[in-house]
Amino acid sequence: MGLAHSQNKVVRWIEYRLPVFAFLDHQLIDYPTPRNLNYWWNMGSLAGIMLMVQIVTGITLAMHYTPHADLAFGSVEHIMRDVNWGWMLRYLHANGGSMFFAVVYIHLFRGLYYGSYKAPREILWWMGVLILLVMMATAFTGYVLPWGQMSFWAATVITNLFTAIPWIGEDLTIWLWGGYSVDQPLLNRFFSLHYLMPFVLVGIVFVHLWALHTHGSNNPLGVDIKRPQDKIPFHPYYTVKDLFGMGVMFFILALFTFFLPNYLGEVINYIPANPLQTPPHIVPEWYFLPFYAILRAVPDKLGGVIAMALAILVLFVLPWLDTSKVRSAKFRPIYKQFFWLFMADCVVLGWVGANPAEGHFILIGRLATIYYFAHFIILMPLIGWFEKPRPLPEHIGEPVLKRGAGGEGSS
Amino acid sequence: MAETASAGGGATPPEGEGRRDFLIIAGATMGLAAVIGVAWPLVETMQPSADVLALSSTEVDLSPIEVGQSITVKWRGKPVFVRRRTEEEIAAAQNVSLDDLSDPQSDADRAQNPEWLILVGICTHLGCIPLGQKASDPVGDFGGWFCPCHGSHYDTSGRIRKGPAPNNLEVPEYEFLDEMTIRIG
Repeated sequence: MGLAHSQNKVVRWIEYRLPVFAFLDHQLIDYPTPRNLNYWWNMGSLAGIMLMVQIVTGITLAMHYTPHADLAFGSVEHIMRDVNWGWMLRYLHANGGSMFFAVVYIHLFRGLYYGSYKAPREILWWMGVLILLVMMATAFTGYVLPWGQMSFWAATVITNLFTAIPWIGEDLTIWLWGGYSVDQPLLNRFFSLHYLMPFVLVGIVFVHLWALHTHGSNNPLGVDIKRPQDKIPFHPYYTVKDLFGMGVMFFILALFTFFLPNYLGEVINYIPANPLQTPPHIVPEWYFLPFYAILRAVPDKLGGVIAMALAILVLFVLPWLDTSKVRSAKFRPIYKQFFWLFMADCVVLGWVGANPAEGHFILIGRLATIYYFAHFIILMPLIGWFEKPRPLPEHIGEPVLKRGAGGEGSS
Repeated sequence: MAETASAGGGATPPEGEGRRDFLIIAGATMGLAAVIGVAWPLVETMQPSADVLALSSTEVDLSPIEVGQSITVKWRGKPVFVRRRTEEEIAAAQNVSLDDLSDPQSDADRAQNPEWLILVGICTHLGCIPLGQKASDPVGDFGGWFCPCHGSHYDTSGRIRKGPAPNNLEVPEYEFLDEMTIRIG
């Protein structure tokens, strides 16, 4: 293997001047990877592929879209009705956003379960959290662009969050709007930012990969790779595995794009923006629902905004909140159970976020919010101290080899 | 591909190499088909959209135009010159020897009805709009149109007579719907 050692004259001519093939060999082809990665490790590549899908469909959509308060809604309908394949592009882009968040959330929970944020991968984790934050900003600015009722009122509600900041909040919000309400200046700058941020994401993804390739992937056992036979080259073993995952992902994306294109959206966004009438029930897209629930759980304007911000920022200090030396939840009997409880809590928060803030939803939302933070700030340090982990294997081949030899299989 | 396909079945070389070749070729073919399948709609989106195509023809009412007068109408975003020519202009256009023309074309080939000359008003050199529509405009040495950008002279049939333009002014597709109405495009 190895492109860099090819005898092809063109390859050698380029390689001597710019060692691009050696770089590919190192990072993509011979790149040593733990041999026991499961399908949850597909999600990183899949997220990268979704970013590319979003950029390609987005650039094409931008060729037909008009960022003007009077024309934006019409230009989206123009894309849907008049532009060749415009409907497909728009549905791919809208549902592609959901697909992107879905694989990124699975990727994140994968990291939580297998302790991928622990030393020496803290900066890798930080870059991941940063990617999530920029993704959220990108998704939000993009959601505003069709300038329907949901777009408009989502923009209004979210930008009004900044008014909660003491002293400077009002002025900051006016600056953000470029006026005294959500209107043309905001739409225009959101379009500009929505176009910019995906490329910022590409940059952060590059640093994310740089950090990843410094110490290599974590693995389902969370044990460091100590022997050469624990590693296999990335190509063809994981390129093929990722390609299979890509096929599954594109199947799901196609299912939504062609058969359920508006299932994840809000019908009310097909009504043009009306600054004089708020829709009866405002809900964000599904991927923001848990955070929306946290925002509404706190009965104080500033407090709600802070809680929502902390819900993500707490992930930055996670490597130090988790006091356990063991990475994988496979060997952490107590943490494993709390992991699933935490996941259930996130689902509950999402369910509360999708419903009106009334009646028992208020109480459930508050309890779920308290549990969300308790998981990180109280439970993670305590479990790390008191839990007695199961014995770790010597190397990542051990559990399999033992089972192969007829011993008691544990997995 | 046929050979590798058949090799994939029974009599495989050692270690299933034929089978592997078949899988690689079949996989790469499907991958290529997928890439083309995705690239095609992406390229197609940049073709004129349905609303642009809907504007691809324009009807013009000729009745307000006096003899010797010209109007400019917009068709597919381009200026179209509609001139009701005088007897002298028609005679000048018809009495030119084809040998004197750099892009030889008879006036009869350019005007369905000699009285009406319909032209795309774009200089065939580099796309400027020639002058000559208004009475006060310079009309060039041949009494038709004069392009101010690089000095091309067109005659009363819109044919190039002098200057850098390579071709005559284009005659768009048009038809007379009745005596005094044309549809361009």
